[in-house]
Amino acid sequence: MKFKNLFLGLCFVSVTAMGQDYFPKNDGVKVTNNNYTALTNARVYVSPTQIIDNATLLIKEGKVVSVGAQVDIPLQAVVTDLKGKTIYPSFIDLYSDFGVNTPKSSGGGRGSQYDPSREGFYWNDHIMPENNAIDAFSFNNKEAKELMSQGFGVVNTHLQDGIARGSGALIALNPEQTDAQRILASRSAQYFSFNKSRIKKQSYPGSLMGSMALLRQFFSDAAWYAGGNSNTRDRSIEAFNANKNSLAIFDASDKGNILRADQIGDQANIRFTILGGGDAYEDIASIKAANAPIIVPLNFPVAYDVEDPFQASYVSLEDMRAWNQAPMNPAAIAAAGIPFTLTAHGLKSKKDFLKNLQKAVQYGLDKTKALAALTTTPASLLGRSDIGHLKAGAQANFIVSSGDIFESDNTIYEHWIQGTKNILKDKDILDIRGSYRLSFEGRNLDLKISGSVEKPAAKISEDSTALATTLKYKEGWIHMVITDQEAGGKYRMSALATQANEISGKIVLVNGTESLFTATKTEAFKEKDKKASAGTAPEIMPVTYPNVGYGYAQRPTAENTLFKNATVWTSEAAGILEQTDVLVKNGKISKIGKDLSAGNAKVIDATGKHLTAGIIDEHSHIALKAVNEGGQNSSAEVNMEDVVDPEHMGIYRDLAGGVTSMQLLHGSANPIGGRSAIIKLKWGAPAKELIYENSPKFIKFALGENVKQSNWQSYSRFPQTRMGVEQMFVNYFQRAKEYEALKKSKQPYRYDEEMEVLVEILNGERFISAHSYVQSEINMLMKVAEQFGFRVNTFTHILEGYKVADKMAEHGVGGSTFSDWWAYKYEVNDAIPYNAAIMHSQGVTVAINSDDAEMSRRLNQEAAKTVKYGGMSEEEAWKMVTINPAKLLHIDHRVGSIAVGKDADLVLWNTHPLSVYAKSEKTMIEGVTYFDIETDKAQRAAIEKERNTLIQMMIADKKNGAPTQAPKRSMKVELHCDTEL
Amino acid sequence: MKHIKIAILTLAWVVTGTLVAQQTPASPQTEAISVTGATAHIGNGSVIENATLVFENGKITAIGGADTPTKGKLIDASGQHVYPGFIANCTSLGLVEIDAVRATDDQDEIGDIIPHIRSLIAYNAESKVVESMRPNGILLAQVSPKGGFVSGTSSVMQLDAWNWEDAVVKTDDAVHVNWPSSFRRGRWWMGEDPGLKPNANYQRDIAAFKTFMENAKVYKPELARQQNRPFEATQGLFNGTQKLFVTANGEKEIIDAVTTAKQLGVKEVVLVGGAQAHKVIDFLKKHSIPVLVEATHQLPPSDDADYDQPYKLPKLLADAGLLVSIQNADAANFQNRNLPFYAGQVVGQGMDKETALSLITLNAAKILGIDGEFGSLEVGKSATLFISQGDALDMRTNQLSAAFIQGRSISLETHQTELWKRYMGKFEGK
Repeated sequence: MKFKNLFLGLCFVSVTAMGQDYFPKNDGVKVTNNNYTALTNARVYVSPTQIIDNATLLIKEGKVVSVGAQVDIPLQAVVTDLKGKTIYPSFIDLYSDFGVNTPKSSGGGRGSQYDPSREGFYWNDHIMPENNAIDAFSFNNKEAKELMSQGFGVVNTHLQDGIARGSGALIALNPEQTDAQRILASRSAQYFSFNKSRIKKQSYPGSLMGSMALLRQFFSDAAWYAGGNSNTRDRSIEAFNANKNSLAIFDASDKGNILRADQIGDQANIRFTILGGGDAYEDIASIKAANAPIIVPLNFPVAYDVEDPFQASYVSLEDMRAWNQAPMNPAAIAAAGIPFTLTAHGLKSKKDFLKNLQKAVQYGLDKTKALAALTTTPASLLGRSDIGHLKAGAQANFIVSSGDIFESDNTIYEHWIQGTKNILKDKDILDIRGSYRLSFEGRNLDLKISGSVEKPAAKISEDSTALATTLKYKEGWIHMVITDQEAGGKYRMSALATQANEISGKIVLVNGTESLFTATKTEAFKEKDKKASAGTAPEIMPVTYPNVGYGYAQRPTAENTLFKNATVWTSEAAGILEQTDVLVKNGKISKIGKDLSAGNAKVIDATGKHLTAGIIDEHSHIALKAVNEGGQNSSAEVNMEDVVDPEHMGIYRDLAGGVTSMQLLHGSANPIGGRSAIIKLKWGAPAKELIYENSPKFIKFALGENVKQSNWQSYSRFPQTRMGVEQMFVNYFQRAKEYEALKKSKQPYRYDEEMEVLVEILNGERFISAHSYVQSEINMLMKVAEQFGFRVNTFTHILEGYKVADKMAEHGVGGSTFSDWWAYKYEVNDAIPYNAAIMHSQGVTVAINSDDAEMSRRLNQEAAKTVKYGGMSEEEAWKMVTINPAKLLHIDHRVGSIAVGKDADLVLWNTHPLSVYAKSEKTMIEGVTYFDIETDKAQRAAIEKERNTLIQMMIADKKNGAPTQAPKRSMKVELHCDTEL
Repeated sequence: MKHIKIAILTLAWVVTGTLVAQQTPASPQTEAISVTGATAHIGNGSVIENATLVFENGKITAIGGADTPTKGKLIDASGQHVYPGFIANCTSLGLVEIDAVRATDDQDEIGDIIPHIRSLIAYNAESKVVESMRPNGILLAQVSPKGGFVSGTSSVMQLDAWNWEDAVVKTDDAVHVNWPSSFRRGRWWMGEDPGLKPNANYQRDIAAFKTFMENAKVYKPELARQQNRPFEATQGLFNGTQKLFVTANGEKEIIDAVTTAKQLGVKEVVLVGGAQAHKVIDFLKKHSIPVLVEATHQLPPSDDADYDQPYKLPKLLADAGLLVSIQNADAANFQNRNLPFYAGQVVGQGMDKETALSLITLNAAKILGIDGEFGSLEVGKSATLFISQGDALDMRTNQLSAAFIQGRSISLETHQTELWKRYMGKFEGK
């Protein structure tokens, strides 16, 4: 029986299929249907801005023939009256995995695979532009119906795996026809992401900055390859180059990554259309400046179940706000004038798309812009003139709905794809609801039909005694069963509903005799008034800078300030000045002296207080999205500037500890690490504003147990000994020398970002900060550098520096060390807290660093430990966290001391800054107060208040039936040198 | 005897490859010692300026103003400060030498409920980490096993000893429990969200502990056919001779832990951690629960928390009248030498300096139940004390000139001071 249905279905398809008339036909005569279909009297959205009322839409052979208020309907037209209905062009989703299975991770052990697994392709397994979605495509009826019910008629599907993911395919969601009609394009776009393949195991890249570097190198290699420079075949590059002109779509997944993707695209001259993560509203100015089309998801966060106060305390204000604010993301993007499309990607159930779209409209998304984002914008990005609108010549892809699709009371009845009608809800269903007088065999009963049009329910009574009744209403047929206790059985009734006022049909009596019944309507059905719930505008919390707890409502600005009568720790030859004034003007230190006049400056009485330069942490990993690119033994190509996270709470906490500048270092997973980011802690500014302008160039190197992978089970990556570490450096620097020679010779050469960075080191343009512990390796790196004619800038950690302090002084390298850490691993067994004092005594420039988010906010105390251990003077101790790290970082011309003309990066302490009792009362960067102890108090109260407001809102939402999720605390992993991320 | 000593030293030298294993423990006090002219910080909140302190046979025999009669050897400590030895709680001192070297790590035995595992046994009196405590004023430590639900049983040690037998000042003082958390961290290295989410096993884990304790309580060695070591090891909890140190941080966990322990008939409960203890102050007071707050040098417990929340937590609890001390169980072992500065940090939050001092002296001794002998400079108590040139709670002035344990004048040299002197000697041509 099933087989027969299938057979009939196939016959039907062969009859209506278009464009296959060159196929032989062996099962009958060839037939064609050249009839027109005319849909009349509808409101038609020809495009988002062209709306025609009482219009006729005339289609033929899957295409729109004409549309308008005055359309001549040909004789051979099937006419359907759509009075009161609205027609929209079908939606287009640029980011879909329809019909293409996303591979699942195969898991796997801890063993690392450093080499590629393929031959004849790019050297990195996660670059797969040769993948074609169409090869894995299989039309999925169920998914297609789900998407159609949400308004989508065409999707661009692709294999969602890897960094370069290959080409997508443009598919019409047409279940009634074959791939011959449905596949609109088989190389419709190239897809990219920062995420490694789930099925490929190559270690590199193991980080966000690694993915970025890999893409930069790949795009550069592709151009080089296109120039005919390679002696070998690379099918990955060839596939990429062949499709270079198609749309390029990047899965960025959050606001920061939108900017990262855009930056890579700009460098490679590719304009990416970028899938965001729903949080673009938090940094809308930067996103707009990126000037890239954004694909916007509608997967708004679900409210947390916060009724249990213990559990509620785990949810951060940031996450609560995201629940409250995220639905306004599409509106914010639209209002900023950023080109955008909308996607169902990211929704747990695609069936939530329309509901969330309607929510976005409620949160201010303009309906016309929303419709454009679903129709004309994606069509134009794809370069397709035949979809996304209903002008003559367009594909007949459209939605027939009861009214405004952006309002929640709307119903979609039909979705026509390529001229084929798919019924979602029967628009022609007869409304049988109402009160009737039911008569049969001389009996008269009262029948009341209520409920919904599609699923009505019946109640029957006789002389006010109720008789149990069931009613089924399907495909126009009414079936009722009435239980009659007196008659001792059931009446069964069947009737075809044909008119609104009367139902008549067959009744089978209890004894089995057949008869007729008639039900005559006595009263029309009355809809109960719906609850007036809609209409009130949602309350949205203001976005702060950054949009987390302790963010500022407005970004703070520079103020001219006079600190009166402070004890001033200059970190200069001037030493510590008692009862001295410091004037800050236009972000710079303008005057230092006694009895300075304030002019227009704000005066701060600093009597009894201490004013110092802001603390500088030479070694930190806060405010980063990732730390280690350990997928290879050298990762000079990666850059920590790419992964600065300006929202990390560590920034604010460090400000509270008097820190104003720091070096964000790559981790120590490999001997040659990545380039550094040197930043100022400008809380609330976007990432790029944190990074020093004309920043000195630094790179992390590492020695010892971490690069040998001594403390985890990994034995396959070179080097595994300190002997190997030396040889690796020699090899890399020699290659860099040869690379530079080739480049200078004007011969063709392949641009190699890693080698470019190493050349900068050789030429003294980039400085090394080398993670180091034991004396042998410290000595070794200095000798390698001397062999290649450069100098190591800084040894960081350098816990056995005291053993070779004389050699360090001779080489001219600085030491940036922990105050008192030791005993946590074998190579720090001889680490001593006197290290800083001994190195200092031999003329080494010494800094105290943290490498730790907690210690970073108490570096004043760590500096004080050098007074205890080794008897440093207080003045020299203080320099170890101010001017000395500034010197090591080559930023001492701007920061690190209190001197006229330097940046006003200042800290006002309540007492002696080296004391454990000291607190920062104000921390200023370039004249802007980023931390103020009084503002902080107000912030605490504001956080409490806002949390409570949001909790009340979530509880109210839950009471109104909204779904909730269990409370959770999102957490960034605290990053250290050793963190493998 | 002398030969044996040399042999031990040589062996240790070979094993560790450094100068000497440890400073030689001091011999017993033979003559009375009088410290004069110092500011004496008693440990109970009071101070005596220009004080005279006399101790004899390891005990304090007199303390008072300048008019207090002296006896025996005189130490002029004018301008200096004398303090009771600091007490570090919940440490793994002597149980692990180098965290990353497994062979040196004896702090975590396998098993979830193992109260019979005793720290005393593995305590390495010659640990270089232990000796590094003393120049900062830490002279006593509770040493406890780590890990699991019931980690094992701790003992209290003095930090100048030949072996664990002469190190111990209170044997098997407490059983240590890690209360589960009602939220657990996602396994981020396995691709899970690294955040915290409700822990589905919370009640199950507690039920297992309860079942164990209920059975332990009714255990009668004389009636049992076989000995049950874990049950035996908890008997002191029910008769009050041992304390239950329970680590719990969340509001809910604290209430669950204390309520469960009390219901099980545990007499003496000490709360360890207590990150949210300030939210259940009335509850803790009602049950007279002392709190061993996590070291103040911590990150705030959440992004929304006050940046100084860990700094001020001891003050919030002490101000409310709870008995408060500080421990550093979560950090690496070597960090215990920063104990005085954890207390100093609270002074920055407005706590009186002498009150802050009591956090790591008398309060710690009371919590351990050794306050009859240690924790303050009072007549009759052990002469376990030190002299500092400056304020010992502040790192820039914590500078010890002498230290005594049970009246014995101990060395303030360490592996680290020796390396310092050795290399400064090299550079200065000595």
